[in-house]
Amino acid sequence: MEFQAVVMAAGGGSRMTDLTSSIPKPLLPVGNRPLLWYPLNLLERAGFEEVIVITRKEIQKMLNLDTKMKLDFVYISDNVDMGTADSLRHIHQKIKTDVLVLSCDLITDVDLYKVVDLFRTHDATLSMLMKKAHEPTEVAPGQKGKKKPVEQRDFIGVDDTGKRLLFMANEADLDEELVIKRSILQKHPRMHIRTGLMDAHLYCLKKYVVDFLVENRTITSLRSELIPHLVRKQFSSPTSLQQGLDNKEEGRKKKEQASLDIYSFIKEDNSLLKPAPDNSCWNDHRGDMNETLHEGKIRCYVHIMKEGLCCRVNTLALYIEANRQVPKLLLNLGLEEPLVHGSAQITDRGMVGSDSIIGSSTQIGEKTSIKHSIIGSACTIKDKVKITNCIIMNSVTIEEGYVTSLYFGPLNLLFPFPDRFLVCVFFLLTDPQSELLIARKMFLRTKSEMSLKTNKHGTYASEMV
Amino acid sequence: VGLEASGGGAARGRGCFTVCPQGPELSREEKLQLRKEKKQQKKKKRSEKGTAAEPPEPGTAADPTQPRGEGPPAALGGAPRTAHPGWERPPARSKAELRAERRAKQEAERAQKQAKKAELGQGAAPAKPRLTPTEAPSVVKRLPEHVQVDDPAAQRKLAKKLERQQVPLRQDYGTKVNLFSHLHQYSRKKPLTQQMSIPSTVIHPAVVRLGLQYSQGIINGSNARCIALLEVFKQLIRDYSTPPNEELSRDLVAKLKPHISFLNQCRPLSVSMGNAIKFLKKEISCLPDTLREEEAKEKLQGTIDNYLREKIVLAAEAISKSAFEKINDNDVILVYGCSSLVNRTLCDAHAQTDRTFRVIVVDSRPRLEGRETLRRLVRHGIHCTYVMINAISYVLPEVSKVLLGAHALLANGSVMSRVGTSQIALVSKAYNVPVLVCCETYKFCERVQTDSFVSNELDDPDDLIVLRKGQAQLGGWAENKSLRLLNLVYDVTPPDLVDLVITDLGMIPCTSVPVVLRVKNVDQQ
Repeated sequence: MEFQAVVMAAGGGSRMTDLTSSIPKPLLPVGNRPLLWYPLNLLERAGFEEVIVITRKEIQKMLNLDTKMKLDFVYISDNVDMGTADSLRHIHQKIKTDVLVLSCDLITDVDLYKVVDLFRTHDATLSMLMKKAHEPTEVAPGQKGKKKPVEQRDFIGVDDTGKRLLFMANEADLDEELVIKRSILQKHPRMHIRTGLMDAHLYCLKKYVVDFLVENRTITSLRSELIPHLVRKQFSSPTSLQQGLDNKEEGRKKKEQASLDIYSFIKEDNSLLKPAPDNSCWNDHRGDMNETLHEGKIRCYVHIMKEGLCCRVNTLALYIEANRQVPKLLLNLGLEEPLVHGSAQITDRGMVGSDSIIGSSTQIGEKTSIKHSIIGSACTIKDKVKITNCIIMNSVTIEEGYVTSLYFGPLNLLFPFPDRFLVCVFFLLTDPQSELLIARKMFLRTKSEMSLKTNKHGTYASEMV
Repeated sequence: VGLEASGGGAARGRGCFTVCPQGPELSREEKLQLRKEKKQQKKKKRSEKGTAAEPPEPGTAADPTQPRGEGPPAALGGAPRTAHPGWERPPARSKAELRAERRAKQEAERAQKQAKKAELGQGAAPAKPRLTPTEAPSVVKRLPEHVQVDDPAAQRKLAKKLERQQVPLRQDYGTKVNLFSHLHQYSRKKPLTQQMSIPSTVIHPAVVRLGLQYSQGIINGSNARCIALLEVFKQLIRDYSTPPNEELSRDLVAKLKPHISFLNQCRPLSVSMGNAIKFLKKEISCLPDTLREEEAKEKLQGTIDNYLREKIVLAAEAISKSAFEKINDNDVILVYGCSSLVNRTLCDAHAQTDRTFRVIVVDSRPRLEGRETLRRLVRHGIHCTYVMINAISYVLPEVSKVLLGAHALLANGSVMSRVGTSQIALVSKAYNVPVLVCCETYKFCERVQTDSFVSNELDDPDDLIVLRKGQAQLGGWAENKSLRLLNLVYDVTPPDLVDLVITDLGMIPCTSVPVVLRVKNVDQQ
């Protein structure tokens, strides 16, 4: 078999506790589907038949995904704090071939073959996906001011073709200067350094990387530790051959962990690129006397998406952004289920916008217009309501004649959780004179029904039933 | 005889009135009368012969026009003879009657044959007469699919075959130059893996990787492709396991076919690869049934290793040894593109002898393979000059010999090599510079080609788009309806431009290639 797919659904969603404190992140509804559905759908469309899913709680029963793939759920208990690399180590016995690691919060319509082809063609150690991050048009309620699209910047260095990954560093790890090793520049004189790229957390890894992880217990996270390590290792030689010229410090550390050098895990006999380059007239660079690919055994490649949808649902702002993009994605996928569920009773079909998603058994009254919104299942929306730019969860009732959002404002989220009766309401008050956005957050304990009223200051939850 | 008679008769028929023996001083009226009589007699004769000729005619569907065409001249020939009693009497049976008899005979024989076939056909499957060793095989070979892209019937057959083997069909890209519309033209940006599932199940992952490397141009060059192919086949055989109730010798060949089709779709197979595949298929089908699966697999791996070692590695050594005998002191050698054999020869000559020579590397767009040659030679310490192909007439006066590599050697002695080679051979001939071609015998092919159009390969036309100062000059070529880009890969050098071919069997002239092929065939049988 060529690849095994692993979906990491054990993360806690630490950056959006408002949402994830009560519901596990993989089950967070986006476009009326659980978040886990999106990476699984991506794998299914690519042609995978088996997927290993690593999660925390017993969410398998709560999920009802109609997928033809065989899902193998692996549970990690709540007490253990496992990073992504730890989870991969946990399941290393199941992994027999090269592995494709996905995060459960990835929503994308990328052509997976583009990432995988880089991996296959160049016999790469690592192949990953990145996207140019753009500024979110909406501001999340509850947050002041504009935030940068990528909070802590990543500096990504690619070569001239834009495919080979030469350098990766996070702003958090650097003090004041960006240090680039001379060996990188000697081998690749032209390097393009980019910021503002969002990592999609989709990695193709060779099997020997997993073996290396098993032995090397100090690495806990894929993204922050393993990937930068691999990128750095491209330009450093194996420990035994090290001259100690530029990496004196690393050399000392490595002498202590001599057996943990990744080069020792690479099997020599399987590299098919070996006999051909002697005769082949292809070279990835020119201008120096070196052999193709500088005879480096570790190669990291990146596919940078320019168009298309790729977002990770990490923070509240991104969650809102994902919900806006998802109707278009679902339309493009050409699913059998229409956006408006069959069992929804809608009196005025024309008043529902084309990119609104309406869940099952929802009743919508007359003269109700719904635009750019996502409405969950079993909702009751009475007459003469205007809903714009909203995300409404399941089992919400909205009484007659209320505007549930501001036309040019941000989203309002209405969250009832039938099992816990906990409702979070975020809303915004806009002062038309000063255009200040003030956020207020209210936690209400109530039953699953509530009604809304509108006054000149905006929308807020009034009496609780 | 028949033709002569009719010709003579026709001549006589036309010129009859002058040859009439009854005296030259006939009056005009008498002449006219004579002519009328002759015409009437001719008509009579024709009607008689027409009835005689008709029964055989429906039998012969093959040449309906011929008897009619020859009939009137024959009648013409016959008529004047009878009209003039002075002439010799014609033979008792005229030509048409003879023909009628022959036709009747043929009909009888045919009826007999069909009766026989009907008897035999009901029994066992009809034995194709083509395969009996006593009869010569039918000489007309079917054209391979890859040169029949503009024939929809052939493409439909290919599509069906690929569907059966579960291999995706690669779409052609861009408008082709009319003269080359019978060849495939693919785009590198649309790989075949776009249409396949990601963990590829039908095609072995090593073959998928190899196909991608071929189509992206990472493995380039006849020898490199063949070596990579054989290594992948070794791995395929290692991972193969015979299903129950199947014979390894037959099933393995059947399992290899989809992989070969896949590689063909990624990039058309080279001649060296084709010969290697033929060899491998023959080896597999000749495996004795007594061997267990493990032994059979090991034996196959051994034969592949042997083939690699003998035909490629040792052959390269032998060629390099004989070629550098030809390199003298203070020689200036011109090489073109990147040929692994030529590079090896030059590096060995530099390392193992103490002759001083320098090399001129000629390069051409869009592949610019000469840069790689340059790098390898300079790394070994050889003094090199680098020019583009438009400068060859400037450098040739100082060149002592030209050393070229080949993709294949065809049966009529033509050399098929990278596009531009024939140009170099031509200009070298004009400057009286000897042209030497290095080629292993496993690249000898039984095809005959006199031009570069019939069987060639079209590369991605977008390779011709060059970026200068941030502008891609040909960037919008697809929108322009009257612009077509052509990126040929191979061309054919006629044998009279090549002075010597250096092979592992020795140094032979171009015209001895069919001899080598014949010897090879005898060896293999």
